[in-house]
Amino acid sequence: MNLTVVRGSQKQTYKVVAKDATLLELLTQIKTTQDPTLSFASGCRSSVCGSCAMRVNGKEVLACAYKPESGDVVEPLRNVPVVRDLVVDMEKALSFNRVAKNWAVSEQNVKHLSPDDAEVNEIQSDCILCGSCYSACPVYAVNSEFIGPFALTRSWRYVSDKREEDVAGKIAAVQSSGIWDCTLCGECVPVCPQNIAPKSDIDMLRNKSGILGYMDPKYASFGGGVDFGAPTF
Amino acid sequence: MVDVLVIGSGGAGMVAALSAKESGADVAVVSKSYPTRSQTCMAQGGINAAIGEDDSVQAHIDDTLKSSQGLGDASAIKKLCEEGVDAVAWLDKIGVPFSRSAECKVAQRRLGGASASRACYAQDYTGLKILHSLYDNCLKEQITFYNEYFLLELLSEGEGDEKRVCGAIFKEIKSGELKSIYAKSVILATGGYSRVYGHHSTNATGSTGDGIAVALRAGVVLSDMEFVQFHPTGLKNASILISESARGAGGYLLNGHGERFTDELQPRDALSRAIDEEISKSGAVFLDIRHLGENFIDHELPQERKLAKLYENVDPVSDIMPIKPVAHYTMGGIAVDARAESSLRGLFAVGECANHNVHGANRLGGNSLLELVVFGKEAGDSAAQYAQNVADITTSSAEQALKDTLEEIKSYTNEIDFYQKREALGELFYKSAGIKRNEKALLSALEQVKAMQHELPKMGVRDQSEVYNTNLLEFLEFQNLLALAEVMLVSMLERKESRGAHAREDMPQRDDQHYSGHTNALLHHQNVRVSFGYKGAQS
Repeated sequence: MNLTVVRGSQKQTYKVVAKDATLLELLTQIKTTQDPTLSFASGCRSSVCGSCAMRVNGKEVLACAYKPESGDVVEPLRNVPVVRDLVVDMEKALSFNRVAKNWAVSEQNVKHLSPDDAEVNEIQSDCILCGSCYSACPVYAVNSEFIGPFALTRSWRYVSDKREEDVAGKIAAVQSSGIWDCTLCGECVPVCPQNIAPKSDIDMLRNKSGILGYMDPKYASFGGGVDFGAPTF
Repeated sequence: MVDVLVIGSGGAGMVAALSAKESGADVAVVSKSYPTRSQTCMAQGGINAAIGEDDSVQAHIDDTLKSSQGLGDASAIKKLCEEGVDAVAWLDKIGVPFSRSAECKVAQRRLGGASASRACYAQDYTGLKILHSLYDNCLKEQITFYNEYFLLELLSEGEGDEKRVCGAIFKEIKSGELKSIYAKSVILATGGYSRVYGHHSTNATGSTGDGIAVALRAGVVLSDMEFVQFHPTGLKNASILISESARGAGGYLLNGHGERFTDELQPRDALSRAIDEEISKSGAVFLDIRHLGENFIDHELPQERKLAKLYENVDPVSDIMPIKPVAHYTMGGIAVDARAESSLRGLFAVGECANHNVHGANRLGGNSLLELVVFGKEAGDSAAQYAQNVADITTSSAEQALKDTLEEIKSYTNEIDFYQKREALGELFYKSAGIKRNEKALLSALEQVKAMQHELPKMGVRDQSEVYNTNLLEFLEFQNLLALAEVMLVSMLERKESRGAHAREDMPQRDDQHYSGHTNALLHHQNVRVSFGYKGAQS
């Protein structure tokens, strides 16, 4: 079957033998038998390391979990600099975890959590940082500093954790270029290989923000809410 | 210059970095890829700690010592098990989202060789969730990461007894440039060498023992390199791991006739041999977890269901899964003392690349995640302390010689395809140096490995790009694997007995009189020398 790979400004089509193989197996087959210059990242081949996210026919997939069909077009992720072929530079995307303060603040010793408490952020902590949601997000077209879907899911993972002692600090960290910049379009949801819904987590963060007295800045200038000094219309 | 340079960004590396930082050291972590892509994310089963009511630290010690088959060090194992309780409490504190029991405690399950339910888990994502929590904690502590840096060589200064490490040279993968990072101390946390078995391994493609091979070239002593753990249940075609927790929860093994044939919860070495034998006899072995029910499987073993469907087209809820034993964990590695320091001053090692003598001849499930926390702390503390007493280091560059070597590789002739040789090496090791071994097969394998080493200049790379050249990196990894392959084979030949994961068909008995010590390997004038050291050996 034929597999087309977008390589910079070029496209290259490879003929591959596919017996029920994953895309990663086929890319590896191309690299080791046809074209050693073809570049892609890979690791665990079991969908937990997040190395091999890429796009097929415009949709984000993990190469190790996708079985290609002839004619598929494979491209690198969007919204991140392409280093070479299917390899992208994740540094800036990952830096938003720092912006959002995605870590535990817990000075007290062990708190007892029930199975239900643990289930609250079980799925959010399944995140493998593959960048699929980041690639699918349309907000980056207008705001390159958007904290973004995975970093906001990871924010909710800590904010919702019963052990967390700095919920206020975390909520404060996601106000600017954060939860209110999301359009709730939901593009991030179907592309997540771990079935996480960043959109819902962003919604939860918005609710929590509301409880803590924050408002959507788009509406803040109406109705006499908090005045951020933005021009009124 | 930094106080502590940590090479490797998996669980061990990040724990070491956090602990060195806490001890006041200036720390940098170097990663071959990105921290959350490390092998640690693949650990599923759990992390052992004797926190259950029907368990005790002594029982954990006894189980670990027993499984080590006389090669475990009693004091190291005592430290591992005693500190396990605090290790899990610390992970809980830094936010690891463990599964919980009805009593609101960290949930635990029983793994093979354990006398109690001792493995603390987070569904079947224990390693993933520990790794990501550690990464998040490193962000909090503002640890510096150098991502996508490939380790080429260690830097050292002084000669003889005065020799000490002073940094390392890397290839920055994105630019192709060489980068030297000088450091008062270095911690290697680069992982194991299971990929010598090629696709007959559960491990990620990057488990090529780079740090161990680099240490070997720097004259550092390695130990117990013949001990490789085969995990009993890898998916037959793709060698993808089906966690021991599937058997811990009551999964059965069935032979080609659909009959149970062995105790599913015996230690991994014995079970792997039993399965291997059964495959020869009845043609196939299957793992059956159908009776556990869809609800349980989706809740406790979600990855296994997804992977079995993807790679074998079977749904474990309704089908049995074809399995075979595959290379999973390398017990051998850089020999270290109780402070995690290697034979080269200032060079520390931790995690799968090191040999802390806690697993001996056979590792227990749940002890490797524990090892990386307990000894990661030890390595971080020790390296930070050591660095305090290092006044200054030389920073004369050794980059030129390496540049020349890399240039030379570009001129290799490409008459032989190294990818084919890499595959041949994996097949050779699985067949001749795997679950069962004998002198004849090992000698023949050694000859073939040496031939491959000689043929390296006839191999080489076809991609001449400086930017992100994975063709070159895979060649360098293959060179590392070949160096370790030789050490492994010589060690396997020297250990003329059977013990734990090292099963010699021609020497089936354990021989404590001659072989109760560790094999120590080092390079002497480009030749591998293996001797038996008795340091730390306990029965």
